[in-house]
Amino acid sequence: MYWEGRVLISNNLQMHGKTCLVHNSTACAPALFDVLTEDTQGQPRMKLQDTSVFDANSPQARAILHLFYFDLAISAVIFLTVASLVLYAVIRFRQRPGEGEPFQDPGNPKLETLWTVIPALILLALLVATAYTMRVVNPPVIRSDPNVAVIAHQWWWEYRYPHSGVLTANELHMPLGKKWLLRLESADVIHDFWVPGLGAKVDAIPGHPNYLWLTPSKTGVYLGTCAEFCGEEHALMGIRVIVQSSEEFEAWQQSQLRVPAKPTGVEAERGARLFEERTCMNCHTIADTKARGTVGPDLTHVGDRQTLGSGAIPNTLDQLTKWIMDPQKIKPGCNMPSLKLTESQAHDIAVYLEALK
Amino acid sequence: MSEESPANRAITSLADMKEYRGMLSWITSVDHKQIGILYIVSAFVFFLVGLGLALAMRIQLMVPVSHFMSPGAYNQIFTMHGTTMVFLMAMPLLFGFSVYFVPLMIGARDMAFPRLNALGYWLYLFGALMMYFSFVAGGAPDAGWFSYAPLTEKGYSSSPGIDYWALSLLVMGAGSVATGINLIVTVLTLRAPGMTLTRTPLFIWMIFFNAFLVILSLPALNAALVMILADRQLNAHFFSPAHGGSALLWQNYFWLFGHPEVYILVLPAFGVISEVIPVFSRKVIYGYGFLAASTIAIAFLSYGVWIHHMFATGMSYVILYVFAGSSMLIAIPTGIKIFNWIATMWGGSIRFTTAMLFATAFQIQFTVGGLSGVAFAAIPIDWQLTDSYFVVAHIHYVLLGGTLFAMFAGTYYWFPKVTGRLLSEKIGKLHFWLMVLGFNGTFFGMHWLGIAGMPRRAYTYLDRPPLGTLHLISSLFAFVLALAILVFLWNVARSLLKGEVAGDNPWGGWTLEWATTSPPPVENFDRVPSVRGRRPLWDLAHKTEGGQP
Repeated sequence: MYWEGRVLISNNLQMHGKTCLVHNSTACAPALFDVLTEDTQGQPRMKLQDTSVFDANSPQARAILHLFYFDLAISAVIFLTVASLVLYAVIRFRQRPGEGEPFQDPGNPKLETLWTVIPALILLALLVATAYTMRVVNPPVIRSDPNVAVIAHQWWWEYRYPHSGVLTANELHMPLGKKWLLRLESADVIHDFWVPGLGAKVDAIPGHPNYLWLTPSKTGVYLGTCAEFCGEEHALMGIRVIVQSSEEFEAWQQSQLRVPAKPTGVEAERGARLFEERTCMNCHTIADTKARGTVGPDLTHVGDRQTLGSGAIPNTLDQLTKWIMDPQKIKPGCNMPSLKLTESQAHDIAVYLEALK
Repeated sequence: MSEESPANRAITSLADMKEYRGMLSWITSVDHKQIGILYIVSAFVFFLVGLGLALAMRIQLMVPVSHFMSPGAYNQIFTMHGTTMVFLMAMPLLFGFSVYFVPLMIGARDMAFPRLNALGYWLYLFGALMMYFSFVAGGAPDAGWFSYAPLTEKGYSSSPGIDYWALSLLVMGAGSVATGINLIVTVLTLRAPGMTLTRTPLFIWMIFFNAFLVILSLPALNAALVMILADRQLNAHFFSPAHGGSALLWQNYFWLFGHPEVYILVLPAFGVISEVIPVFSRKVIYGYGFLAASTIAIAFLSYGVWIHHMFATGMSYVILYVFAGSSMLIAIPTGIKIFNWIATMWGGSIRFTTAMLFATAFQIQFTVGGLSGVAFAAIPIDWQLTDSYFVVAHIHYVLLGGTLFAMFAGTYYWFPKVTGRLLSEKIGKLHFWLMVLGFNGTFFGMHWLGIAGMPRRAYTYLDRPPLGTLHLISSLFAFVLALAILVFLWNVARSLLKGEVAGDNPWGGWTLEWATTSPPPVENFDRVPSVRGRRPLWDLAHKTEGGQP
């Protein structure tokens, strides 16, 4: 498939795994940006869904939740049985003064067989439920024609839609109610794609593509994260899944296929020049420009996104300026170096990028 | 016995043992008791270090988006915490109890190979110090205690931390295999006359099968360590998919070792519980045969469950079904044990000493850890909760609420035998209650954190309810847990300085270690009592001729 060549290129990149022991405490805190989805200009107001296994918003997540309830019920019964037996023994069989030696009961094979067989039967029931739920949640893939390819990088996500040719980063758009097949790959180490509100997690393993079925059943923004430890910035490798109605999704897809308008205004034009003069384009791509780098996220429509740095900060002019000046302050250890730009230079580039929609 | 030999009567503490005086006597010792004490003390020192690392993590996670430490520092700290607690604390602690008590409980003078025993300890200490040397040699390992490749490949981890990690584990692994062989041979060849295998105490059964787990599982780890070292130092490509290697190979090797390892850390705890509960309930263990047989079942099955650490890696359905089944199957022999221990308490005459309190809490907490473990065997639940804080809660309920509580039960039970002095029961009870509070307060909420989407091994998290509140609660209780350990240290220090003299058999124990003085003489026994049943001292007191099991 057409995107595979790109993965191979990224595979050969050597990452610089420097360890930074001194942390700059003036770092710009990515706090409270979740409220952002409610009021970012130009974005539809979308509800931020609870990030919880209990808030299941797809048939897959609901099937897991039902199995979990079943398991919790079994666990509660077993726990209460064990705990009350222990507590009863503790109270009832406490040594009393003057008490003689208790009866030395060496065991009762019948009784012991009973408490071997009963747990075995309970577990057999759980095993049957497990096997049934597996088929609902993530049945084996026969046709490997995914709706979207998820390519994990240290420490961001790349999304490719092979049917339309859309390419984006960190924020996955999905249409409501469609059963989609996700193909998970990795450009470097092992990562894991996990959106608790939508269902199962699956590892993204280099050289070993995996598949995941998801059918989002409610519009909204779902937060997720990389769940397999993948190096320095594992914690800030957030996932955002934006579930839209089919029409909205189609409109979004069309907007992503359009080349954004040329920059207008002094600042944006200066920013566009700086983007080409400085090293930005060694790593990033912007369609219809000289920038063709493939190390970092594609920035063709970066102005459209809700967050930056894989969910680390909200996508505002101010935050983007800070990010361009020194990404290491916001996401220490990330692969984008500090470019030693002045604040006004960073501001110009940010103005240019924010206009890319 | 002490009445017969006046020379022994004066010995009521370790300080009275002239054979144990001076640094040289400890360094050159091949006495299993000294080596056992060295293991236990070293393990405890590393426990304190691992606890310190844990507290540093809990401070970092107390509030969202904290800047207490950098991601690089956090990653080194959580890696060293896990590595320390598993390899530098838990394993040597269990080896310490094993090499100290196995010869005493089977009525032997020493281990079968005393020099090999010493070698095992010194290899462990050397490996452990080498592991910590990495902090000053360019950076500690930072890829987690199971260090998944290809993150550990040179291209992604250029500091020498992983090299130190692999080399140290290799050195310690060699020592562990030596000790495992030594324990097997000791149990097979040095049992007192009359002590058939079916008359050995259950602690011996557990250690015996544990030793098989050690010698059969560590080679898988050692092989993987050699491969990662070859990748890093010799440009081999075992784990590098870009060059034809496999990114999943490491996980298969590691967990083929790693899951038996979990049972290596748990079986000795089962052994301790199986000794403590009968003695303090004044009853014979209930269902000796079932307990021993279920241990064999666990040891055997533990080699067939490793894929349950890898359910999210995209395995075929056939493999998933088999390992879901085997993972549930292994819960059965574990469940049997819990019921047998309760049945031992049932109808007994229970004395709630500190040791018994720890053994009781063990049963309940270990059940919680076992039940969350079963949740992971139900594969779709695993797909949601693996690699989240739910796993962190699970492993701590098993290894801290389970193993460590059991080892504290063993410590309060056997401390008087080892040192000749009793630990204070009053301080012991304070230690116990603080520990129950601190442990459950720290870890119970982590189940909920995992359900709320908190991934493990993240140095920070965004301010999204309920994460902040749950992390804060966990962090505060972690300090209660640390306080409990300080109380324990105080108890030990106080006891060594002015503890009550214990006498040979303060608890009315029935196994052979209680037939000698406390602390035992260098040669262990003046004369080994005859063994005609599973409880030689009971038989002696009741003049039964093997009639009572």
